[in-house]
Amino acid sequence: MDLGNINPVLLVASLMISATPILLAAIGEMVVEKSGVLNLGVEGMMITGAVIGFIVAINTGSPLLGFVIAAVAGAALSLSFGVLTQIFLSNQVATGLGLTLVGLGLSSLLGKPYEGQKTATLPKLDIPILGDLPVVGRMLFSHDIMVYVSLCLILAVWAFLKFTRAGLILRAVGESHDSAHALGYKVVRVRLLAIMFGGACAGLGGAYLSLVRVPQWTEGMTAGAGWIALAIVVFASWRAGRVLIGAYLFGGISVLQLNLQAAGMTWGVQYLSMSPYLITILVLVFISSNRSRSSHDAPANLGQTFHATR
Amino acid sequence: MIRRTLLATAAAGLTLAFGAPAIAQDTTKACFVYVGPIGDGGWTYQHHQGALALKEEYGDKVEIAYQESVPEGADAERVITQMALSGCNIIFTTSFGYMDPTNNVAAKFPDVKFEHATGYKREHPNVSTYNARFYEGRAVVGHIAGKMTQTNKIGYIGSFPIPEVIMGINSYYHHAKLANPEVELVVTWAYTWFDPAKEADAARAMLDQGVDVITAHTDSTAPLAEIAKEGGSAWGFGQASDMAAFTTNDDGTPGPRIASIIDEWSPYYIKRVGALMDGTYEQIDSWAGMPEGEVVIGTMNDAIPDDVKAEAQAMIDAITAGEYHPFTGPMNKQDGSAWLAEGETADDGTLLGMDFYVEGITGDIPN
Repeated sequence: MDLGNINPVLLVASLMISATPILLAAIGEMVVEKSGVLNLGVEGMMITGAVIGFIVAINTGSPLLGFVIAAVAGAALSLSFGVLTQIFLSNQVATGLGLTLVGLGLSSLLGKPYEGQKTATLPKLDIPILGDLPVVGRMLFSHDIMVYVSLCLILAVWAFLKFTRAGLILRAVGESHDSAHALGYKVVRVRLLAIMFGGACAGLGGAYLSLVRVPQWTEGMTAGAGWIALAIVVFASWRAGRVLIGAYLFGGISVLQLNLQAAGMTWGVQYLSMSPYLITILVLVFISSNRSRSSHDAPANLGQTFHATR
Repeated sequence: MIRRTLLATAAAGLTLAFGAPAIAQDTTKACFVYVGPIGDGGWTYQHHQGALALKEEYGDKVEIAYQESVPEGADAERVITQMALSGCNIIFTTSFGYMDPTNNVAAKFPDVKFEHATGYKREHPNVSTYNARFYEGRAVVGHIAGKMTQTNKIGYIGSFPIPEVIMGINSYYHHAKLANPEVELVVTWAYTWFDPAKEADAARAMLDQGVDVITAHTDSTAPLAEIAKEGGSAWGFGQASDMAAFTTNDDGTPGPRIASIIDEWSPYYIKRVGALMDGTYEQIDSWAGMPEGEVVIGTMNDAIPDDVKAEAQAMIDAITAGEYHPFTGPMNKQDGSAWLAEGETADDGTLLGMDFYVEGITGDIPN
């Protein structure tokens, strides 16, 4: 074993790239859940974003346009979930699972002609001054634009929920939709907007997979990333900052264990791979066993159907 | 899709029962269970190509059906049962993890033939196993890797620590070492057959640590896509399928795929279904390789110097002619104990149960 082979600079750089898809999907899902809706279709929206982003990038030669259209596609797909659950009051869990199945099937259908093709990928940004710094420059300031977009998104969501009136309304809808309704807030409209935001973020996350991280389209390429994003939201106990920590932890551990293996360590690697899941379970046990920490808990109306006449 | 086929076949079955039973003998239904999507561009894609070749060969006499992305384990048993119920005459289960489900279902359907790829359990007379000698291909790419590496560090992305993969690692390393005594092997385990992002991460981790030639034992093309980001300073091989899309870089220079190991299943599928149709079918344990055309090395591209190409071709010819066995002594086990004496070749039993590295590989095989 030679741990000296692991270059911490490259390790951090590759974990940031590795974590970006789940980070994008998780922050979107967090906003959805904050509004009281449980959308289990993240995987389906991600893979739809992946295939649409790829198709657009191939046909237009512009990966950035691919990201934009992928976000639109994710939002459009999530809107079908929104209409079903918010207007026709279908069961959120079942509809969300259905959305995942639809997304997986639709993407493999749409993606068939694009298998094995190569696309232009996002260039690494050349940030003056910062990018030239020793160590930190290579580690933090040499990525493509989406890495920074995802970080800005975390900051924006945090600020939105904490400081704005609209954020307060969104949280109120998630905590008690009946009270919010009584106060005159449009519960369904707020939730539809949140769902579409979640879909757009998942679409971006998927497009990051197919356009940057593994620049190609392969059927089923998200391979469960959407479910990890859902786990991260729980792990983060519905807080934006912790979503960042959670996503980098999940991404970081998976990159770290591969690097440890490449450096010759074979013992305990499996345990390291499963540790994020174990930590999620421990966090769940911890937050649900401690009532006084109710602020860490899930939004009170999470997953509940709202109907104004009830 | 499967349900519809089931209904259709049930309806057909009813008609036949009251109508002309002889027609039932005219079409043979061959069914395939795939572990990944056909579009993986690798393992499952090649099996599907084999299935299509089968259809091509026999035309209307054969009907094919398949199910993609079937998880290994209990779900597989459900899918295989459903296929057996839907009138399949022969069912090919194409991943190691289907071993027990295949045997369990075979016990319940003695009239249906089952063919399990890469396994070793034949608990019932209607279960055959088939595999290909991929280690022959690994020997050739190992030789190329040993010659091509500039950093003297070559990599292998393992899926699971099973004999099949360990055999490949040993063959790859042994021949790289023969070609270049300085070579060092880095193995990373992905613990998955198909997860493009993780396969890419594994390639990235090795590239970051100075590995410059990587072969993968997973199913997607993601490792090659990751190697391509190095822009011509690192190389890889097509795995299971030719992966020809990666033969040239964006700037037109050759790479990152410099050769490939192609699993060619069509001869086997055509032979077995043919045997079933003409009544000569019997239970077998097939393990064919280059001589039978089941393991093929894809085009070597121009990144490989001509003399190395010639050496690789000579090795291919020798293996195909049966003159060279990739595991020929002298070879020692990792702990230094003697395994094969000078000129001795490994027997199939040892290879199929291989649970040790050969001398020179560092690190342990995980449990």
